[in-house]
Amino acid sequence: MIPELGHYALVLALALGLIQSVAPAIGARYRDASLMRLADSTALMQFFFVALSFAALTASYVTSDFSVANVYENSHSMMPLIYKMTSVWGNHEGSMLLWVLILAVFGAGVAAFGANLPTRLKALVLAVQSWIACAFYLFILLTSNPFLRLAQAPFEGRDLNPILQDPGLAIHPPLLYLGYVGFSIAFSFAIAALIEGRIDAAWARWVRPWTLAAWMFLTLGIAMGSYWAYYTLGWGGFWFWDPVENASLMPWLAGTALLHSAVVMEKRNALKIWTILLAILTFSLSLIGTFLVRSGVLTSVHAFATDPTRGVFILAILVLFIGGSLTLFAWRAPMLKQGGLFAPISREGALVFNNLFLTTACLTVFVGTLYPLALEALTGEKISVGPPFYDVTFGPLMLALIFAMPFGPLLAWKRGDLLGVAQRLMSAFALGLVAVGITFAIEGGQSVLAPFGIGLAFFVIAGSAVDLAERTGLFRVPLPTAARRAAGLPRSAWGTAVAHAGLALTLLGIIGAATWGTERIVALKPSQTVALSGYELTFQGLTQRRGPNYTAEVATFVVRRGGATIGVMEPSKRSFSARAMSTNEAALKMQGLGQLYLSIGDTEAGGALAVRLYYKPLVLLIWFGALVMMLGGALSLSDRRLRVGAPKPGKKPAARPAMQAAE
Amino acid sequence: MTLWLVFALMTATAAFAVLWPLSGRKTAPGGSDVVVYRDQLDEIARDRAAGLIGEAEAEAARIEVSRRLLAAADAAAPETAIEASSAGSSLWRRRATALAGLLLLPAGAAAVYLALGSPQLPGEPLAARLAAVDRNNSIASMVSQVEAHLERNPNDVRGFEVLAPIYLRMGRYADAVATRRKLIALSGESADREADLGEALTAAANGIVTDEAKNAFDSAVKLDAQQLKARFFLGLAAEQDGDKPKAATIWRGLLEQAPAGVPWIETVREALARVGGTPPPVAAAPGPSAQEVEAAAGMSAEDRNAMIRGMVAKLADRLKQQSDDLEGWQRLLRAYMVLGERDKAVAAAADAKQALAGSPDKLRRIEDAAKDLGIEH
Repeated sequence: MIPELGHYALVLALALGLIQSVAPAIGARYRDASLMRLADSTALMQFFFVALSFAALTASYVTSDFSVANVYENSHSMMPLIYKMTSVWGNHEGSMLLWVLILAVFGAGVAAFGANLPTRLKALVLAVQSWIACAFYLFILLTSNPFLRLAQAPFEGRDLNPILQDPGLAIHPPLLYLGYVGFSIAFSFAIAALIEGRIDAAWARWVRPWTLAAWMFLTLGIAMGSYWAYYTLGWGGFWFWDPVENASLMPWLAGTALLHSAVVMEKRNALKIWTILLAILTFSLSLIGTFLVRSGVLTSVHAFATDPTRGVFILAILVLFIGGSLTLFAWRAPMLKQGGLFAPISREGALVFNNLFLTTACLTVFVGTLYPLALEALTGEKISVGPPFYDVTFGPLMLALIFAMPFGPLLAWKRGDLLGVAQRLMSAFALGLVAVGITFAIEGGQSVLAPFGIGLAFFVIAGSAVDLAERTGLFRVPLPTAARRAAGLPRSAWGTAVAHAGLALTLLGIIGAATWGTERIVALKPSQTVALSGYELTFQGLTQRRGPNYTAEVATFVVRRGGATIGVMEPSKRSFSARAMSTNEAALKMQGLGQLYLSIGDTEAGGALAVRLYYKPLVLLIWFGALVMMLGGALSLSDRRLRVGAPKPGKKPAARPAMQAAE
Repeated sequence: MTLWLVFALMTATAAFAVLWPLSGRKTAPGGSDVVVYRDQLDEIARDRAAGLIGEAEAEAARIEVSRRLLAAADAAAPETAIEASSAGSSLWRRRATALAGLLLLPAGAAAVYLALGSPQLPGEPLAARLAAVDRNNSIASMVSQVEAHLERNPNDVRGFEVLAPIYLRMGRYADAVATRRKLIALSGESADREADLGEALTAAANGIVTDEAKNAFDSAVKLDAQQLKARFFLGLAAEQDGDKPKAATIWRGLLEQAPAGVPWIETVREALARVGGTPPPVAAAPGPSAQEVEAAAGMSAEDRNAMIRGMVAKLADRLKQQSDDLEGWQRLLRAYMVLGERDKAVAAAADAKQALAGSPDKLRRIEDAAKDLGIEH
């Protein structure tokens, strides 16, 4: 009975979604309060039914109900409970259900916490949100239904793909979807504003918390995905420029741009049309990402052509929403009133610079991801676009952007003083130079670029500190005054500084791991020892272990440094009988901010075991930096007060600290 | 029944979400941008008091925000007036929406669900299925008993022979393959055992005849060229390799040699049809060959009669040697009656009865046939 309840709940959600798509929009058109109010209760009820549906599927997984085809195909009665639950979204159908669940969560969120929104805007936002939801309910029910049944329940399931039997699956997809789908709210707000034909500074204020929340989740989701790939794939990389990864990076880049341009709109009532366009583009990129990952077009353009039902459906959704929203934009945007003016050198100008670079970077990733697909579809030629392409396109753009990053927050609104800002950043710049010098001295000129990268990272971190010091008047006013000011500083100012420093930390990690990482591939017999970057690892031997639904070959290594034993590492290979597949479990050992990374291959003739060893200094900073970025987002989100741009009168000299722009 | 009751409750809940807001109760007015700009003004005052901005910027910001505030208030005034005057809602629209919630929503949901759902299937969680198995003392527990027995007697060939097909039916393909391998190791190669191994390997690969499976079938056919299962799967392998003509040849060969009435004929015929081959005519009763039929079509009526008579004579001759062929006798009787040679039919019936006297069953059937054809009364 439970699977059928879940199925019916999803159908009811669709029925409610259809009513919510129409009634509140009509209500907004004719200013009918009852019809507009309807959106709140249906949005909450939609969430209730989708959650019920999701719970029913989860229950089917947990109880190994193999009469549900989806459960039979992706679960096994011997799997640990946690993987029974995560396999709900470890497959196409279930992950689409998670998609609509999160869509419903955000819809219900607007209904529940959107009391400060004007009634008409709220009704329109929820109607648009429901259009998206209905398209995906239909997609699930018609092409990817997780509730289809088998008349004869098979005795045992086919097991979850062993690569996915990992705690990473519990964390990464939900976070990623919270990010992806969260941008749907920004999209709905943009469409609602275009329909209403009115948009002003307040709009940015209302859409900000939702964008910020989605951005935080996406940041963490991407970082967790990268860490998961790092320890599962067994060769120590953390980013592969794989189309699936790019699909999540593109909305992140566009979303970051949106976050920044919305600040300008909120403060100065400027960049309105651009912000609306970014909101549309960000969610469109999320949809394109979903299409890329879910249609099977990535595995092979031809595989897509032979079974195109799903792909064509998503493609139709893409055309409908992206095409429709851009058409609406082209029609309505010229009617919007332009807002405040500003000089090129100003906070606004810096944010425009940020937007230009982020969108260009996003475009390069877009080209790098889609060009091979287009080429294969048109000529049948298969090419792969990898690091060399991104190193010369994406890399320089991001480095320039990061270099400019400390300047932005220090510039005044409306009209800034670049020279003054540069003077105030002198101490940060000096620190960066010192970092370059020290790095050069230590590593002795092996790599020319790395020391500058390290210097850049330190410059940005110090720049964030300078920003905070300038705002609180630290070192100029008595300490208690500075402390009082620090407490009174808007949380969003803290958020900016923290998030920018987080990006610098990530940069530090990338440079450290890529430049000074060491790697060895050796074949070892038991009791042989191998040395790597000052660590000595002795191979003790192979043992067999039994897991709940796999058997594992575990290699035991004793790790020594300078003669003293510092621990044991046990990389292993797991064989899953149900799918006749094996996975590689790398062993990781933290050493400060770096990591020792060990993964094993096959046993060669003669009994020697192939072993890959890596030492990756600073590598943890990559993901720690992302956590810090998310913390910055959280600080900014906790800023309940409204922020106002304080335009600087043109006649006053800008450099005087007391004349700082307010944040 | 419970299921439909719960469905009804869920539908009612959903309809309630549509009807409740239409009930016309008063709600708090929504937020407005005026509020946002007032807050922005307060913020400037706070920043100024905390010394975060200077007086000049504060003043400039205040002017800018005040301008926005005035514009927002101007835009809001007519709206509030409209909302107040029309009392917020029209009865007609409320009724239409209520109708959608009460009729369209349940009807639409029911239609979609009935098209897609399977309300007749109960949920079958593992625990329930295990309980059912225990009650019936059925396959799974028997399997585990046999497995335990084999653990103690690892050379019990019969035990493995019982287990292997059960594994296959339960979908435990890897176990089926292992058991088949074990059987070959225990009792040596044979055509049947190799074919069974190949079958298990194919099942394990989701119906794809892998190289490994094909090797097994090849060695089965090498050991016994007539091994039917192996030949069938070799046909399948050819089909999966895209070699349809080869698959068709193999399967045609199988059908031509198949004894009448074996159950797998249908499967092979379907497979053959899939690769576009035409099945040979049913071989159970050897009739006129294709050439003979074709030849008959082009003849004059007299010649045709002569040819048929010749064939009948051939049959009659054969029956003198093979006098226990019931079907042959039946056809002979029918042929004589069709040709209008009643006396010959009567004589043949007498011969048949004499020839089949040893078997009462056949005797009775030939008597029945004679009655049906009107030779005897």
